[in-house]
Amino acid sequence: MTRVVERPAGAGLLLRVVPPGLYAGRARVLVERAYLVNRRAWLSLVSGFFEPVFFLLSLGYGFGQLVSAVDGVPYPAYVAPALLAASAMNGAIFDATYNLFFKIKYARLYEAVLATPMGPVDIAVGEACWALLRGGLYSAGFLAVMLGFGLVWSPWAVLVLPACLLVALAFAAVGMAATTFMRSWQDFDLVQLLVLPLFLFSTTFYPLSVYPAWLRAVVQWTPLYHAIELTRALTTGHVGWGLLGHVGYFAVMAALGVAVAARRLGRLLTA
Amino acid sequence: MTTPLVEARGLTKSFGSFEAVRGIDVEVHPGEAFGFLGANGAGKSSTMRMVSCTSPRTGGELRVLGMDPDRDGPRIRARIGVVPQLDNLDTELTVRQNLEVYGRYFGLSRAHVRAKAVELLEFAQLAERADDEVEPLSGGMKRRLTIARSLVNDPDLLLLDEPTTGLDPQARHLLWDRLFRLKQSGVTLIITTHYMDEAEQLCDRLVVMDGGRIVAEGSPGELIRRYSTREVLELRFPPGEQDPEPVRDLAERVEVLPDRLLLYTADGDAALAAAHARGVRPVSSLVRRSTLEDVFLRLTGRTLVD
Amino acid sequence: MAARVVGPLRAALLGVEAQWTWYRRNWRATAITNFLQPVLFLLAMGLGFGSQVRPGEATGGAPYAVFLAPALLVLTAVQNAMFESTYAVFSAFKWQKTYLGVVATPITPAQILYGRLLWIALRLLSGAVVFLGVATALGAVTSAGAVWGVPAAVLAGMAFSAPVVAFTATREKPEAFNGLYRFVLVPMMLFAGAFFPLDQLPAWLHPLAWLTPVWHGVELARGAAFGTLGPAAALGHVAYLAALVAVGVLLGRKYFQRRLAV
Repeated sequence: MTRVVERPAGAGLLLRVVPPGLYAGRARVLVERAYLVNRRAWLSLVSGFFEPVFFLLSLGYGFGQLVSAVDGVPYPAYVAPALLAASAMNGAIFDATYNLFFKIKYARLYEAVLATPMGPVDIAVGEACWALLRGGLYSAGFLAVMLGFGLVWSPWAVLVLPACLLVALAFAAVGMAATTFMRSWQDFDLVQLLVLPLFLFSTTFYPLSVYPAWLRAVVQWTPLYHAIELTRALTTGHVGWGLLGHVGYFAVMAALGVAVAARRLGRLLTA
Repeated sequence: MTTPLVEARGLTKSFGSFEAVRGIDVEVHPGEAFGFLGANGAGKSSTMRMVSCTSPRTGGELRVLGMDPDRDGPRIRARIGVVPQLDNLDTELTVRQNLEVYGRYFGLSRAHVRAKAVELLEFAQLAERADDEVEPLSGGMKRRLTIARSLVNDPDLLLLDEPTTGLDPQARHLLWDRLFRLKQSGVTLIITTHYMDEAEQLCDRLVVMDGGRIVAEGSPGELIRRYSTREVLELRFPPGEQDPEPVRDLAERVEVLPDRLLLYTADGDAALAAAHARGVRPVSSLVRRSTLEDVFLRLTGRTLVD
Repeated sequence: MAARVVGPLRAALLGVEAQWTWYRRNWRATAITNFLQPVLFLLAMGLGFGSQVRPGEATGGAPYAVFLAPALLVLTAVQNAMFESTYAVFSAFKWQKTYLGVVATPITPAQILYGRLLWIALRLLSGAVVFLGVATALGAVTSAGAVWGVPAAVLAGMAFSAPVVAFTATREKPEAFNGLYRFVLVPMMLFAGAFFPLDQLPAWLHPLAWLTPVWHGVELARGAAFGTLGPAAALGHVAYLAALVAVGVLLGRKYFQRRLAV
């Protein structure tokens, strides 16, 4: 017997909050699907891990020989946590924008999914979980590489992984919300227009002190700056209560993103 | 006798060890509407691609417009129009731009293709959508645009590979109307289809292909006369209760289907009366004319060939 | 007016014309990556990171931004070539199937290839010219010799593009492009002497860098800008890059024919 109307026993908070029809509590099925797809394309999955490592080797060690230390930190140890945060952002944005758009518009995957008891919220939650799982794996891999190169200086670094997941969640949520407004591939160049400057200018490669005062104020408002502050503090051990401020920044960002994405996605997919 | 526009002798096409076309002889004459009828995988599209000079033949002889495709491919293609099975429109261009850009590949001047595009948009009933992108158009509109595009060089010969597959009845009839007009204006058509009504509507002459070979050739009427009877009597029964024995001798041929009997006969009404007289009590009965479908199923069988 | 068969050059120009028709409507989709990206890199790496670098032997005695600018010219060309040679071509074969429409006209598969390559070269040229202008405005160009960086960048970009287009013509699925990006393009950009001189890498890596079009392009562009390029070396780099283009065109002709005339 297939149960169609009833919800699974032990329904969670989300099940009680979200109107029936939008959520069947089976988001994990989409995660399983993603696993099946990626098991076949594992090479592409694994290769994603190498990109930040290449950047670390090139920028940290090659490029880094041009400068000795930044803010008293040797260049590789300075740039590595920033690359970690940036790759969490890049992965999340890529999944939440390009991949999502492709699946909505071309693969018609969700059309088929929505013809079953699954609802749009199952889709949103399922896709987000998979993206986080994958992002978490990459972050863990990169962290291991940093450890191998002696770039992790503090036990606080164990918190880098959850920090990266939070950062990824926040970027994914906002990215997903933005995707629901996209009309064609042309709009994705705007995503590039936002992501690339974030990657380049958020104190990833050089300290904030390079900027004039007004520009410093602007950079300090941007999300990747907060992510980098967080990861850099944790791996170098400069930890203080102030870090909670960064955490709060991403919590708010994630909440706003999820709220908009869930509403818009529901309307878009069931329209 | 005019020279044929297409002349094939023992034409074959293989993909690796798979033989898609196994030696066919075909002649298509100017002004004709010629059909290739066959199930999926019968070799129709491979034949079409060889005739359109986009696929080199494996063996046999082929002349298109009196020229050899291997040697004169571009010169032949300059004078034919091709409507492929799947639309390959440039979906990022507008409807009009699709026509203009394509026309330019035929070495036509900008002014010429501009004027031609206007004419073709009218012909395809797409003038109102001229400056819209292709992507949001309906299937029927895209198909009409592909046909319009194939006419941009005023071809002597138009090749249409399953022109109406997947279209709704309105769109099909509109397309048939356009193709009929082309035929009236003297364009030679070659059409592949697995729709029998389409073949009956459009083709003067056709061949039935099966497994890469031609199994029958003639006009639709000739084929029906040769391979079927004038009429077919369909007797419907509750599933499992159909018994051919009492009516076996009332028709030239009796076919048993899960819920009915098909009696192939010259006079359906007479056969029905005879069946009633013998106490055969079907749930319902129908007398209809034989169609190409009957011919086709007779020639290629009812089993799925995939 | 009767339809006719056009010559190969005319056919290639028609390919460019078709692309231009598309580009006029869709330029926005790639404008930022083509034109703005290198400028952002110059600002961040050249000026931002460069502020941490003291001019020295490694940078040819010049400020880091001046050292980096000619290399960025080449990197931009190679990177722009990536998308235009992979997904754009793949889509025309597989997703949109526009090439299948074109071969039904008098245009041949080889002519489609020429048209595509010519179009890519023009795109790279426009990107390089714009970047050179901006870099000059930002003070990262200090010698007239830097102008030679434009042809060097286009040549290096095409030396990457032509073989990649040929490779694309053999693909049934786009997955390989990910690998190409991650394991060829990115390492090539990061380790072939663009951001820092090759001597800062272990010696065993040097021969690998010498194989890349980026290294030859950067040697040409930077050498011309700094006036350190001898004629023999210049000839060698140009010859190597031209050979890559030639190999790409020959393979591409073969694969386009195989793919489009089956």
